[in-house]
Amino acid sequence: MSNPTATAEHQEPLTAEDKQLIRPALVLNERTMGWISSYISSIVEGKTPTWWYISMAFTIPLTVLCLALLAYLISTGVGVWGNNHPVGWAWDITNFVFWIGIGHAGTLISAILFLTRQKWRTSINRAAEAMTLFAVVCAGIYPALHVGRVWMAWWLAPVPNANAIWQNFRSPLLWDVFAVSTYFTVSVLFWYTGLIPDLATLRDRCKTKIRKFIYGVLALGWRGGNRQWRHYEMAYLILAGLSTPLVLSVHSVVSFDFATSVVPGWHTTIFPPYFVAGAIFGGFAMVLTIMIPACAIYKPLHDLVTVNHVDKMCKIILLTGSIVGYAYLMELFIAWYGANPYERAAFWYRAFGPYWWAYWAMMFCNVVSPQFFWFKYFRTHLVWVWIIVQFPNMGMWFERFVIIATTLARDFTPSAWGMFHPTWVDICTFIGTFGLFGTLFLLFIRFLPMICMFEVKAVLPEADPHHGEAHH
Amino acid sequence: MNAVGNTSAPVYGIAAEFQCARDLYKAAEKIRDAGFQKWDVFSPFPIHGMDEAMGMKRSILGKLVFLGGLTGFLLAVTLEFGTSSFLYPLIVAGKPTNLYTVPAFFPIMFELTILLSAFTAVFGMLLLNGLPRLNHQLFNWDRFKLVTEDKFFVAIEANDPKFSSRSVSDFLESLGGINITTIHDD
Repeated sequence: MSNPTATAEHQEPLTAEDKQLIRPALVLNERTMGWISSYISSIVEGKTPTWWYISMAFTIPLTVLCLALLAYLISTGVGVWGNNHPVGWAWDITNFVFWIGIGHAGTLISAILFLTRQKWRTSINRAAEAMTLFAVVCAGIYPALHVGRVWMAWWLAPVPNANAIWQNFRSPLLWDVFAVSTYFTVSVLFWYTGLIPDLATLRDRCKTKIRKFIYGVLALGWRGGNRQWRHYEMAYLILAGLSTPLVLSVHSVVSFDFATSVVPGWHTTIFPPYFVAGAIFGGFAMVLTIMIPACAIYKPLHDLVTVNHVDKMCKIILLTGSIVGYAYLMELFIAWYGANPYERAAFWYRAFGPYWWAYWAMMFCNVVSPQFFWFKYFRTHLVWVWIIVQFPNMGMWFERFVIIATTLARDFTPSAWGMFHPTWVDICTFIGTFGLFGTLFLLFIRFLPMICMFEVKAVLPEADPHHGEAHH
Repeated sequence: MNAVGNTSAPVYGIAAEFQCARDLYKAAEKIRDAGFQKWDVFSPFPIHGMDEAMGMKRSILGKLVFLGGLTGFLLAVTLEFGTSSFLYPLIVAGKPTNLYTVPAFFPIMFELTILLSAFTAVFGMLLLNGLPRLNHQLFNWDRFKLVTEDKFFVAIEANDPKFSSRSVSDFLESLGGINITTIHDD
């Protein structure tokens, strides 16, 4: 029976069942495909904005600081860092795990949300993947220089040494080399593959010869034919399928560096899932830290990266933060329940030893602060979101510091105990890596489309070949 | 009808423009049913279901990637057992050098499988797509630049057995194509 109020002009009122089928629009204000290309490309094509130069004026000196201190370290020796016995891993491995963890949110967004058909990811995946790459660049510095004589770093490659002895493939440290280098390589491939159609858009819009040449070469001659798209989509699906176990494995392997040792506080089976959850937690916080200001500068992006996106990311932070909180409590429980005196002492020392401030900073930042995201108000007001996510950013650094420095500072025998104090080189190098990260990200925003244009077009309602036809 | 490229050079094909994904999809179904072989549709984004509309099978890339992954796995097996069990067996941390050591070998087997699969996926995709190829006859047509923006195109190539310039342009017009253009080689 048709509804009596329905006329030719007025469509039939939607039934409750129909209303359930209507999905909220992913792109607001009914933006067209042309608008998406023009607006996102205009960020790359337009005149360099003043804020970009101002930001670069901060990040470039920090990058130079980082590189200068690395040169100082290489020329003088690893002793310029505060690493000592027993805290041999100190800040460098803390910073390594911190940065590599940040990268994980990018891969989660690009791969896992792709496989689970979360279409809202399309407007944030490009920037998040870029963040992954730059975070892994910052991360890679530390283990490479931590080896002390960096010119010997090639010993990590599977080449026999002068005595024909090969690498120990059963060592978690060598697993780490393979995991991180594979992760970086696959992330670059995934990112670049996603860029090809958008580089073609930039190529086709170019006015100057130099830009045409650069974007033309980078776009590899992409034509957008369906005979290309079908292989392209398959490649993208496969890369997402490969990246998903890869991202889970990378931080698991990083955690094996600790978990396969016999040091109390490290030797636990909870480490791999706990590290992965923590990485996603910290990574999403970093995505929001970057995306909220980027969208505040380019206001129309709010139609693509909507409050709904921020809301969803906050929920993921809440979920993963709660998993991390559970892991902290479970560690404490097992330390007590396991009745191993060394394990008990290690956790007592974490909470009430001289590094108590790091432990409680970690607890507050990672467990307490995300609880605000239970409330919709805090998930949807961008200033609040930005302030709250700074706590996970800090908290995840403290977590790695707690795991590495406080654990190593108290070993089995009191004769092997010692404190770690960072030197000015430690501190300035770490601050410098933020400059490096920022510089790379600013260059990315300036020269490449920061939102995946073709994927956003594909989630518009008119992209459906059956759009406008009556559904059954 | 317009013509682009070097008009004294051989004809590459005839192309037409469409305004939306739905029109392109319907046109593709009709071109498929008309029995053309050498043709393609062009769009700013991949269109869901277009493979069926064009009558194409699933991409073979997945099979290539399987071979790539298998190569990576076997490479890791060779590298790990070859060096640690045969070339220079060395007991470190009490771990054996024989088959019992395999759990400690898993991470690198996994990573190399992923690495070579990913390389195969990307470079295999480029190979199957004939990329990189910076020049193409279609780029002679200025309007074709809009394919990466918001327009949709169909091109039927001259080396299709059913191609005749008259009938193809009429056919594309009957499908609703506009700006029908003959594309010549450079």
